[in-house]
Amino acid sequence: MEAVAKKAVKGGEFLIKETEAQHIFIPEEFTEEQRMVAQTCEDFLAKEVFPRLDEIDSMKNPDLMPSLMDKAGELGLLGTSIPESYGGFGMNFNTSMLVTEKIGAGHSFAVALSAHTGIATLPILYYGSEEQKAKYLPGLASGELKGAYCLTEPDSGSDANSGKSKAVLNADGRHYIINGQKMWITNGGFADIYIVFAKIADDKNLSAFIVERGFGGITMNEEEKKMGIKGSSTRQVFFNDCHVPVENLLSDRGNGFKIAVNILNIGRIKLGASAVGASKKVIDQAVNYASERKQFGTSISGFGAIKYKIGEMATKVYASESASYRVGQDIEDTIEALMEGGMPEGEAKLKGTEQFAIECAIMKVHGSETLDYVVDEGVQIYGGMGYSADAPMDRAYRDARINRIFEGTNEINRLLSVDMVLKRAMKGELDLMGPAMGVQKEIMSIPDFGADEDDALFAAEKKVLRNLKKAVLMVAGAAVQKFAMKLSEEQEIIMDIADMMMEVYVAESTLLRTEKLTGMRGEEACARQIDMAKLYLNDAVERIGMHGRNAINSFAEGDEQRVMLMGLKRFTKIAPINAKETRRRIARHVIGENAYAF
Amino acid sequence: MTVVNVGESDTEPTIRKALAIGADDAIRVNAYPSDAFFVATQIAEIARKNNYDLILMGRESIDFNGGQVHGLVGEMLGLPSVSPVMQLDVEGDTVKMAREIEGGKESLEVKLPLVAGCQEPIAEWKIPNMRGIMSARTKPLQVIDPVGVEESTVVTQFELPPPKGSVKMIPAERAEELIALLKNEAKVL
Ligand SMILES: Cc1cc2nc3c(=O)[nH]c(=O)nc-3n(C[C@H](O)[C@H](O)[C@H](O)COP(=O)(O)OP(=O)(O)OC[C@H]3O[C@@H](n4cnc5c(N)ncnc54)[C@H](O)[C@@H]3O)c2cc1C
Repeated sequence: MEAVAKKAVKGGEFLIKETEAQHIFIPEEFTEEQRMVAQTCEDFLAKEVFPRLDEIDSMKNPDLMPSLMDKAGELGLLGTSIPESYGGFGMNFNTSMLVTEKIGAGHSFAVALSAHTGIATLPILYYGSEEQKAKYLPGLASGELKGAYCLTEPDSGSDANSGKSKAVLNADGRHYIINGQKMWITNGGFADIYIVFAKIADDKNLSAFIVERGFGGITMNEEEKKMGIKGSSTRQVFFNDCHVPVENLLSDRGNGFKIAVNILNIGRIKLGASAVGASKKVIDQAVNYASERKQFGTSISGFGAIKYKIGEMATKVYASESASYRVGQDIEDTIEALMEGGMPEGEAKLKGTEQFAIECAIMKVHGSETLDYVVDEGVQIYGGMGYSADAPMDRAYRDARINRIFEGTNEINRLLSVDMVLKRAMKGELDLMGPAMGVQKEIMSIPDFGADEDDALFAAEKKVLRNLKKAVLMVAGAAVQKFAMKLSEEQEIIMDIADMMMEVYVAESTLLRTEKLTGMRGEEACARQIDMAKLYLNDAVERIGMHGRNAINSFAEGDEQRVMLMGLKRFTKIAPINAKETRRRIARHVIGENAYAF
Repeated sequence: MTVVNVGESDTEPTIRKALAIGADDAIRVNAYPSDAFFVATQIAEIARKNNYDLILMGRESIDFNGGQVHGLVGEMLGLPSVSPVMQLDVEGDTVKMAREIEGGKESLEVKLPLVAGCQEPIAEWKIPNMRGIMSARTKPLQVIDPVGVEESTVVTQFELPPPKGSVKMIPAERAEELIALLKNEAKVL
């Protein structure tokens, strides 16, 4: 890859700045080595996981999942983000994203692996002392130790800092005695190491602890009976006078909530990647079925209604994938820049991820909702067989649903994405005010009827994007003015704004990826990608318009409402495309390849 | 252990995979594998220079299905060649092999060096691990030009099988019509 001097980007800046195509990473740039890593993941699923999906979900053999984790550990799949000095492979962020994507097709196994490598391992990697890292990371990297993360409690879910679990320093000052009840703990049944969040004495904030199963005082309920990911161990875990040595406090006292939140940032972007992997598998299966299944004398893949679904599934996944790896690389680059500036690696990794917390939340929502769209249409393409528990869509459909719930529900992530943008604007880290005022002025002035002269590829689409950003700024700016500190009571409006931001970010990423790819391979070779980028933008404009109208109509009246609606109309103008034919072309390509092959 | 491939650069990911699962180095003869004699000549040339104890290859390629290269290489090097080998154990300088033959299994013992054309289940499916992948990057992959070979076969023509016709439904009461069609049209009776 040619070296391009890259301007440092900041999280949330996509709302006010334009990004050049050569400054984003696209999955087509993965190296041969990264592709081999991806292939290993695919081979692993094909050899060890796919032949045993029923057995895994039956939970009859409690040793099966841990043994699969051991095998993944032998291949090194548990240690990709752990430095070599701690027994891992020190691969970069986007390589670990790629592993997550590929394993994402693995149903319950994917959940077990990502809980282990993500929320269970990363707190130690990022916040652990030298001794803690040396003691636990090599085992977690090899799979000898298996990890779980205990944040949620029966009365503390979305409101994670409200947990009641307590840690009290014992008389000799050498142990914390933990008491409490944790719920929905992934890998709970077989984990050796639990990251446990509890409050020390009467602290307001959580602290985090590394708890070994062998410390004693840990009991658990039976496995939860779940709608999907039935093979993933999920337990209630009870801590009754569990003695945790003081040296197992993670980071500082009272730092637990910050740890939880920062680790979740990574969990969220990775969940997005995992959903992309699961979606691709469903597309492959659904397209294959659509070509095999004949009704009215032809393959159902020949019907426009089915082509619509296939074209739409592929486009959404292409879009989600484009944005996910863009964030991944932005995080990586920020980490590198911070380290070059002298920051220690662990801290740089945290700060780098934190910087893109907005985008992580956005991609969690987008990835999980794309997957739910894809599995839903997957079931539909299979028809009656989609409803059969003996065909693959049943499991795909049920397993997908959890993604909108864990790692912060999609409501919480939508709220957070807007909240973070506004907080950064208030702190002066993100200059929203200037551009928002500019937009206000613009809607009061005569529209620019200037003809588009630039007929370069995507020039018109980029103009649309610039306008869409103005639409977001207009609506968000007006809502903030109207409600000020009370905006948090208007969640419906925040949800609208969150969706507008998400659509802008994803549409822009899709366009930039396609522009860069076209530069590498030429327009002809990228015709379907160009179709998908244009189609996504076309529909994003509609969705942004709808959310914008919903928001405006909920708080503006009279002249103000009229002006804003006109402004919105102006900012959501796009030249018509033949979406039907575009989707058909995309679908024909996918059907021809008999797979999501982009 | 050296991996040898006669092929163009698009085979390199597969060669790297072989390095990642344990081969020490690799040689790619940069040429389109036009026919079995050509490929065998290239492999024999490399083998002559390197004195390998054991030359393992597939029983046939999945794209050409010739199934001749191992025999040709054996002949060119004056070594015994066995195929299809489904089990193989080396004990000292003796190789114990098993072949599936018409109606049974044949066990053989052959002294090294030799050539074997192998077939499943000769080895388990090995997946490259992260360490292997990372070390594959540093292992040598030498690209060499082919030695000249006089072209011995020429493909004169490719033909596609006739496209499959659609299904013809014949009601059960007109069985004689079905028989006539099977005889005259499908020519299977
Ligand atoms: C299979 C599974 C595995 C899990 N694994 C783990 C794990 O390994 N470790 C762990 O710690 N936790 C885990 N969880 C817990 C998970 O993270 C929580 O379930 C999730 O955060 C939601 O919390 P809750 O269930 O209490 O729902 P609630 O918080 O009660 O939410 C219920 C509904 O209310 C909405 N809501 C809540 N607060 C607000 C608000 N302020 N504004 C608007 N809407 C709101 C939510 O979006 C949701 O729709 C797991 C859960 C499941 C089901």
